[in-house]
Amino acid sequence: MLNKKDNQKLYPVDPTVPPGSIGILNGRVIDPVNGTDDRLCVAVDKGTIVSIAPELPSGFTPDTTIDAAGKWVVPGLMDMHVHLREPGREDRETIETGTRAASAGGFTAVACMPNTNPVLDEESKIRYVVQRGEPCTCRIYPIGSITKGLEGKELSPFGEMVRAGARGVSDDGKSVISSMLMKNALNYSKSFDIPVICHCEDSDLTKGAHMNESAVSTRLGMRGIPSISEEIMVARDIMLAEYTGARIHIAHVSTAGSVRIIREAKARGVNITCETCPHYFTLIDEDLIPAFDTYKKMNPPLRTAHDRDVLLEGIADGTIDIIASDHAPHVSEDKKDVEFEAASFGVIGLETSLGVVLTYLIGKKVIDPHRLVERMSCVPNRILGLSGGTLSRGADADITVIDPDARWKVDPNCMYSKSRNTAFDGFELQGYASCTISQGRIVYERGAA
Amino acid sequence: MMGLAIQHLLGLEGVSRDDIIQILDTADNFYEVLQRKIKQVPTLRGKTIVNLFYENSTRTRISFELAEKRLSASPLNFSASTSSVKKGETLRDTIRNIEAMKIDMVVVRHGCPGVPFFLTQCTDAVIVNAGDGAHEHPTQALLDMMTIRQRLGKLERLKVAIIGDVIHSRVARSNAWGMTTMGMDVTLCGPPTLLPQHSESLPVKITDNIEKAVGDAHVVMLLRLQLERQQGGMFPSIREYRERYGIDLEKISAMRDDVIIMHPGPINRGIELSSNVADGDKSIILDQVTNGVAVRMAVLYLLGGGENA
Repeated sequence: MLNKKDNQKLYPVDPTVPPGSIGILNGRVIDPVNGTDDRLCVAVDKGTIVSIAPELPSGFTPDTTIDAAGKWVVPGLMDMHVHLREPGREDRETIETGTRAASAGGFTAVACMPNTNPVLDEESKIRYVVQRGEPCTCRIYPIGSITKGLEGKELSPFGEMVRAGARGVSDDGKSVISSMLMKNALNYSKSFDIPVICHCEDSDLTKGAHMNESAVSTRLGMRGIPSISEEIMVARDIMLAEYTGARIHIAHVSTAGSVRIIREAKARGVNITCETCPHYFTLIDEDLIPAFDTYKKMNPPLRTAHDRDVLLEGIADGTIDIIASDHAPHVSEDKKDVEFEAASFGVIGLETSLGVVLTYLIGKKVIDPHRLVERMSCVPNRILGLSGGTLSRGADADITVIDPDARWKVDPNCMYSKSRNTAFDGFELQGYASCTISQGRIVYERGAA
Repeated sequence: MMGLAIQHLLGLEGVSRDDIIQILDTADNFYEVLQRKIKQVPTLRGKTIVNLFYENSTRTRISFELAEKRLSASPLNFSASTSSVKKGETLRDTIRNIEAMKIDMVVVRHGCPGVPFFLTQCTDAVIVNAGDGAHEHPTQALLDMMTIRQRLGKLERLKVAIIGDVIHSRVARSNAWGMTTMGMDVTLCGPPTLLPQHSESLPVKITDNIEKAVGDAHVVMLLRLQLERQQGGMFPSIREYRERYGIDLEKISAMRDDVIIMHPGPINRGIELSSNVADGDKSIILDQVTNGVAVRMAVLYLLGGGENA
């Protein structure tokens, strides 16, 4: 079992040096966009995929060769819901450390949420994130806020933010409570063909609550976050999307009711997509007993076994479009060393997401490898209007090599994220990214002898 | 002395019948001590016990402090309102600093469920839960059971109705676990807004119908309406609450002749109980208060590794 950090190598990126050539040999190349699933060799030169064929092109002598026999070669994974904490809480994470964690998790692109301090609610702040991300090991696509300062009062300047590089808008962390303002946001977003990413929570129903409302919260004497606090807003936002014809993406779906509402809306033809996170389809509220484990405190909260099972059905039947980590780093004084009610919501996930998906979705045959690639690469790229998520000849060389058989144990001390608040500490997982190639450069390797 | 299976008293969920019986039997012995002229025994001499109270409390804190003094322990009182908590110190730092001063036991009250468990992760001291949010208040439930056993001679197969603000009540939860472990039949009752939405995890019956709840109950326990914890709109008016769920002589007349009335205190007089019921012959509220000291002596003695009483 490989578990040590010395089995992992993260390479610095020097943007002044052009990428060389790479030959990825004999891997199972899976590219749903092109319908590819074959044992093939991939040739990469100067940051571009130049060939995908049974052999490398004749005369092509790569600077680096990767033996991918027994491994999957897939379009670079994308996590469209992460928190990088910069600017404002660089003690928890920075753009640099967050992207290193992303690379180690097999991601070649991430979209970062705007609830930083200051909030990403204008052009200059979006531009700051884009520039800070340029020398990093993975691509960064900032999400601008829906409302200025996340205050739910005035719309942020979507056009200016999009011009600076924003790929969507969200007030993640809270809902836009005013239905009128949300209607306007949806209508306005249509000019830019960006998704409005909805954090669905009726905050009137969640005030002072710290975990799921269920038999477990009753037993522990905690005020609960009811499922309906999410479902009411999922339903409202879907109705507003249907009314305006705008495109919405529902973030971190956690309840059975939300899955049902989304499934019905999709059947009606509403233009929506949604995501769930690895912790929601693996862990449940009962996991909080008896330890009041603050590393399992998140918003939305871990729900019941029934919710988890319905989420798995939703992933299997495609109601749930993508898997995102909602990577939310916190330092120990905000998370571990405090009583449950004082602990911050959120868990990190960039470095465990793929392993959890491989173990619990592929390993338990909820989805097949094609669906994994769709849900973690093709579809998130498509939602954000990006060209990534494919291994087509001529495409940018963002590639993830997955070893589906490697067994490993989650050890927070072996992580690249600045924070340690994983809900999967000690979990034994099967499968990880053995090599991450970003823009034609090998940025991460794992499992070397 | 047999010794308890538990090392800390964090709640009554999961505490065995044998442990509860041992605590109640020991409390009976300490009750006898409290009838003596000299009400002190040397059993915890040399032990330092910190009363760590992050929430206001008068009777529980005094009851613990008295219990500690009557066991000859050295109590140390910590109140969050006058402490470094006001300066921003975390609970973990507070407990570790106190532990560095070499203490043996911590009695903790806190508004957040799970804090007693959290403290077991921060210190080697023995932890006794004196109330954690709406989670548990185990010594209250133990003193309730002691008082019932003292009055009715047994616990098994008795029917208990616990009436009122169940959703916010740590007393209700601890009694639900403790009493059902002891073979009692517990019904929780209150307006639907003050009952938990999901009660299937508790080993009790739940109803909003007070007549059904008290109909053949041997014990009727009223809970304090926690006015300070109410969110807006949980019930329309105090008057309506009193009419439906308050116990007065008229409601008593429809109960068993030998019913006993209990309340963990402090009482909102005229709301949960009319004064003539609170002070009447069916009320054993002051016995609960007396027994609180004996039960807390027993818990501290058994967990503190004291010498024979």
